[in-house]
Amino acid sequence: MDTFIFIFLAVLTIGSGLGMVLNRNTVNSALFLVLNMVSIAGIYLLLQAQFLALIQILVYAGAIMVLFLFVIMLLNLDDERSLFSKVRAKYISAFFLGVVTLSLILYSLEGVADLLPEISPEMETAGTVEALGDVLYTDYLFAFEMTAILLTAAVVGALMIAQYKKSNNGASE
Amino acid sequence: MIEIDWYLALSAVLFTIGLVGVLIRRNAIVIFMCVELMLNAVNLTLISFSSYHGDVTGQILVFFSLAVAAAEAVIGLAIILAIFRNNLSVDITKVNLLRW
Amino acid sequence: MNYLLDLQSFLPGIIVAVAGLAAIMLEAFKKSANTSFSVTIGGIAVALLFAIQSLYGEAGTAFSGMIVYGGVGAFGSVVVLLGALFCVTISREYLRDLDLHNGEVYGMILFSTTGMLGLAVSNDLITLFISLETMSICLYVLAGLMKNEKIGAESALKYFLLGAFSTGFLLYGIALIYGATAATNLTEIAAAAQPTFLFLCGTGLLFVGLFFKVAAVPFHMWTPDVYQGTPTTITAFMATAAKSATFVAFVLVLTRMLPSSEIGDWQSVLQVVAILTMIVGNLIALAQDNVKRMLAYSSIAHAGYLMVGLAAGNEAGYAGVLYYLFAYTIMNAGAFGVIAYYERNHGLDFTEIDSYAGLGFKVPVMGVMLSVFLFSLAGIPPMVGFIGKYYVFAAAVQAGLIPLAIIGVLASAASVYYYLRVMVYLYFKEAHKEYSLKTPGFLFKWTLILLAVLTVYYGVEPVLPTSSLMELISSYYTV
Repeated sequence: MDTFIFIFLAVLTIGSGLGMVLNRNTVNSALFLVLNMVSIAGIYLLLQAQFLALIQILVYAGAIMVLFLFVIMLLNLDDERSLFSKVRAKYISAFFLGVVTLSLILYSLEGVADLLPEISPEMETAGTVEALGDVLYTDYLFAFEMTAILLTAAVVGALMIAQYKKSNNGASE
Repeated sequence: MIEIDWYLALSAVLFTIGLVGVLIRRNAIVIFMCVELMLNAVNLTLISFSSYHGDVTGQILVFFSLAVAAAEAVIGLAIILAIFRNNLSVDITKVNLLRW
Repeated sequence: MNYLLDLQSFLPGIIVAVAGLAAIMLEAFKKSANTSFSVTIGGIAVALLFAIQSLYGEAGTAFSGMIVYGGVGAFGSVVVLLGALFCVTISREYLRDLDLHNGEVYGMILFSTTGMLGLAVSNDLITLFISLETMSICLYVLAGLMKNEKIGAESALKYFLLGAFSTGFLLYGIALIYGATAATNLTEIAAAAQPTFLFLCGTGLLFVGLFFKVAAVPFHMWTPDVYQGTPTTITAFMATAAKSATFVAFVLVLTRMLPSSEIGDWQSVLQVVAILTMIVGNLIALAQDNVKRMLAYSSIAHAGYLMVGLAAGNEAGYAGVLYYLFAYTIMNAGAFGVIAYYERNHGLDFTEIDSYAGLGFKVPVMGVMLSVFLFSLAGIPPMVGFIGKYYVFAAAVQAGLIPLAIIGVLASAASVYYYLRVMVYLYFKEAHKEYSLKTPGFLFKWTLILLAVLTVYYGVEPVLPTSSLMELISSYYTV
């Protein structure tokens, strides 16, 4: 059963990923990405990471993608006329870099399955909010506090960049 | 029972789709979405290793990576708004004032 | 676990973070940029005192092994804070002319500094990742400060897109390392690491992420654009503090995570990158007509010299890198400071080398100081830059990497051309027209004079001899 669910979700994930990259309309791309993230959340559930599956949907699909869609709508972009520009060399190099990266990573994964044969039975409890929260506020406290600074800085910074003063409208009309 | 290989291979494929997308697309917003796809792929790798190791550290790292992705999204979209105001376009091939 | 002790071990970072919050609050509620500015200076200065104090304390780990204190981390913190302090003190007048003198900007600088301090003491890949991102996200914002100018918004976009892209590689590297060793703590990784292809691939990707942040060739494409599109004193902050923090993190990764050559021959990788970086950085710098872009390529070249020290892979090499970071911070902050001074008299286009013609005699003290900083960057003897280069190249020779050292010396000899070219324009070219230069403000002028004095003083008398730095590093292997 698990195998069928996995195959279904994997096909959905890859399909929506490709759909995002190959779509001319930016809104459609964003919606494909939402689909992609929801199906990845499903795979998290298969891996017994319950809490993160939930967070994935809330934060990524919920907050981040809504922000994306909001900005896309705000900018009111046209469809791109041609997905592929004339420079051929760029695509050839992109293709090669992609193939090299993929084969490197796949090659490096050889033998992992023998070392790690199955999902550890501890994961029944380790993926819950309780288990994560327990270490988050003790062992990983430093990183947690640094994240607080990061988020504060991001909010203030976004305001600084996006803020638009009428008085000094240099290049914009 | 699904072997860990499958999860990792799936994540490698997603990462590569994102990577190629960043390199070939010209729309800054789509490029940024491709970056988000790459980060998602990495999160998948981390969670699969975490589950098969039976160790919670990987999931903690995913938690932080989500926070970073959110912060990056906010800043990135603000920058894209600023560039749109100046250029009335988000096409990165038109952003070539500075070269060499 | 004793939280008070933990907090104490990261005191400089906490002080800087609190000062950052205060700077933003003061701007929001009192609309007083000058108060924010004073808080910024005060916060960094106090943090610097604590960092210097911890330099003489013992070394250890805190926050359940997430960070280290004392030793290399303390030295890194001192260098980062020095860079931040000098860049803030030279910023006020310049930013005021650009209408950017406000509390948020200083708050951003302080948050970014907090990230750098975390980066310089990280003992865990999670700390490294989060701190690096805190630093970078603030820098993306600072790069986009001149958002109403075309080049400002573009530099922010380029920096951001390439930075986020490289974050993907860094994180993938961390994920693969975690998969291979089931750990993210640097010392635990070192204990569990096997030279499997998985581990090597992960470390390689981690290195790619770090190479991007230190602007090593072939991951340097963003540097000139970003440096040019950013307000000059902020560029100084990026070039000194951010680069120092990332290099210290690099030293930590190399010494703590990859202590033995059994888990991959990373020294050869670093050698290749060092050679490429030195050659490409210097060659392209030769062709630049814009002083700011020239300094951007020169900073790439300097990353190459630093990489030579890392490639040496011995204690002398790491000590050389740390000393070089100190030297580089002083002289580069100074050079950008003088450029900012010339620039603020004539607007943003005033960084073309033509416009420097005959400026040397206008305000003599500025001309002399620019010459001092440029001599030092070129590595000409009685300056601190020479001492730094000497330590780094000597370490390479000691490690038997004589070809690498020779390439380094040749590259830095070539660099003399483009630094001297600026001075030729300053003193031996006729001015095109009469410029009236503003008199520099008190704080600005004396900061630059202090930097120039330090540049010469540490060149004549290297008070921070590498032997005590070596002790710092070896105290580190035992933690």
